[in-house]
Amino acid sequence: MVAVYVIIGVVVVLGITFAVIYNGLVGRRNEVRNSWAQIDVQLKRRHDLIPNLVEAVKGYMKHERGTLEAVTRARNLAQQETSSGAGKRAQVEGELSSALSRLLAVAENYPDLKANQNFLALQEELTSTENKIGFSRQYYNDSVLRYNNQTQMFPSSIVAGMAHFQAGEFFEVSVAAEREAPKVSFS
Amino acid sequence: MWEQIHSNQRRSAILVIGMGLLLLVLGYVLGLYFMGSTTGGMIIALAVWGIMSLVALFQGDNILLALSRAKKIERDDLPQLYNVVEEMKIAAGLEYMPDIYIIDDPAPNAFATGRNPRKAAVAVTSGLLQILNRDELQGVIGHEISHIKHRDVQLMVISGVLLGTIVLLSWAATRYLFFGALMGGGNRRSSASGGGGYIQIIVLAVGIILMILAPLMAQLLYFAVSRKREYLADASSALYTRYPEGLASALEKLAASKNQLKSANKATAPMFIINPLHKKGMSASNLTSTHPPLAERIRILRSMAGGASLSDYDGAYRQAHGGGKGVMPTSGLAAAPVSLRSATGEKEDNKLDRARQVSDVLWRINRYRTTTCDCGTRLRVPQNFADERIKCPHCGRVTKI
Repeated sequence: MVAVYVIIGVVVVLGITFAVIYNGLVGRRNEVRNSWAQIDVQLKRRHDLIPNLVEAVKGYMKHERGTLEAVTRARNLAQQETSSGAGKRAQVEGELSSALSRLLAVAENYPDLKANQNFLALQEELTSTENKIGFSRQYYNDSVLRYNNQTQMFPSSIVAGMAHFQAGEFFEVSVAAEREAPKVSFS
Repeated sequence: MWEQIHSNQRRSAILVIGMGLLLLVLGYVLGLYFMGSTTGGMIIALAVWGIMSLVALFQGDNILLALSRAKKIERDDLPQLYNVVEEMKIAAGLEYMPDIYIIDDPAPNAFATGRNPRKAAVAVTSGLLQILNRDELQGVIGHEISHIKHRDVQLMVISGVLLGTIVLLSWAATRYLFFGALMGGGNRRSSASGGGGYIQIIVLAVGIILMILAPLMAQLLYFAVSRKREYLADASSALYTRYPEGLASALEKLAASKNQLKSANKATAPMFIINPLHKKGMSASNLTSTHPPLAERIRILRSMAGGASLSDYDGAYRQAHGGGKGVMPTSGLAAAPVSLRSATGEKEDNKLDRARQVSDVLWRINRYRTTTCDCGTRLRVPQNFADERIKCPHCGRVTKI
């Protein structure tokens, strides 16, 4: 009789432990999904801002057609990949970032453009969007790390294996220049 | 992070309950003295306690903002400030965007408040916006966002309102008692019982004790927002921005300021990023009782050479204190290494532009209308200005508003 109680007790304790760990994993995974949505919002915002920017600077920068086209091309490419995984998106968005920072660096040479109120407002929006992409990437990568640690560490790794929790993918920027300075700097 | 939140919740509960007990004692004594019945006094005390707690829980943040004369601004008023707050909100992983307030005061300072993460606010003074560049502003906002993230603000609001009221109550009670005693008071019940004089002395003694306790209450507030929280907020700001130098250089500028914040008082002082109650003409870095010494906070931030994680801050803190125990909660120390970033570098010093932008917003939120005269002079007209036209003091032309 005692043995039966002991077995029931052990099963109950195991069940509770499993549930607690499982819920913890689900919480972490939701955190990863939420922070991914944050990046997504900012990337979309940047895609929306770029046509306005190109429109605003086109009249001033007649001799920079190549730079402008590179930005538009990178943006269109990035927009095609919006449903891809974090790794692929990080790559195309990284290219867009560097094309954009080239354009904004060139814009420094056009005093007329720098006096344009519309351009200045766009510039602040774009700087801030770049920053927000950077910060949401930080937060996303931090939450992926926390989630992955939990799926790989004992004893939660057992639960993660049984319930098929897959490791999260980091949002790593692969373009060297982007990694060096994640922000577009101008003022 | 969670241990910090739990500790804050525990402290809030202790404060509310402790306040209830204290008020009960107060009600007992005052009831005995004024009404001749202890129950009546205790019922009134309970009612006061209930109302105070409800106010603190549901309106505390608004009261503190109103006390500081903070005015709410929208995104379009100051896009850069809004953007910086949103950036830090994202970096901290906050779910809701805090409201933004500005205080029209040349003394540079900032605070955060709020009753929960859903309803929080960040307030900065116009002086702060004028002297800080974007990186420094980001550091300060990161510090405030950390107070919201770790729910320090909730404890601050509750303790601020509760302790503020009790300090006020005991002050009023002791004044009443003193005057009563001086004028041979206590007539109301002196004939009712022979022991009236004896009770009166006890009540007076209690009143005096409460009066002595009142400043201690204020001190309690300072314990509630212990230095540890300030250190944690600094460390989190470095973690969010990946750039400790921004906050360090901002603190340096704040420390050098000699302006005193007009709307700050003892109950609201611990909320601010630096102590607003330094003596006029003295720099803020001299006063260290409620906040950790600024020089030390700056030194710790500057010696974070290896990275921006909480354990890097902990290492820098231990170094500044010659070894010993760190200040960070242990759960924060296990995280992966975090690399620093470089400065964004605003190319020209656009202090003038910032000053102009901030003053424009202040005029607008004070409901002044702005018209530009043909000669280029900007005319600010108060809302209650009755005339349709105004004469430009610069060129003499008459402009329609």
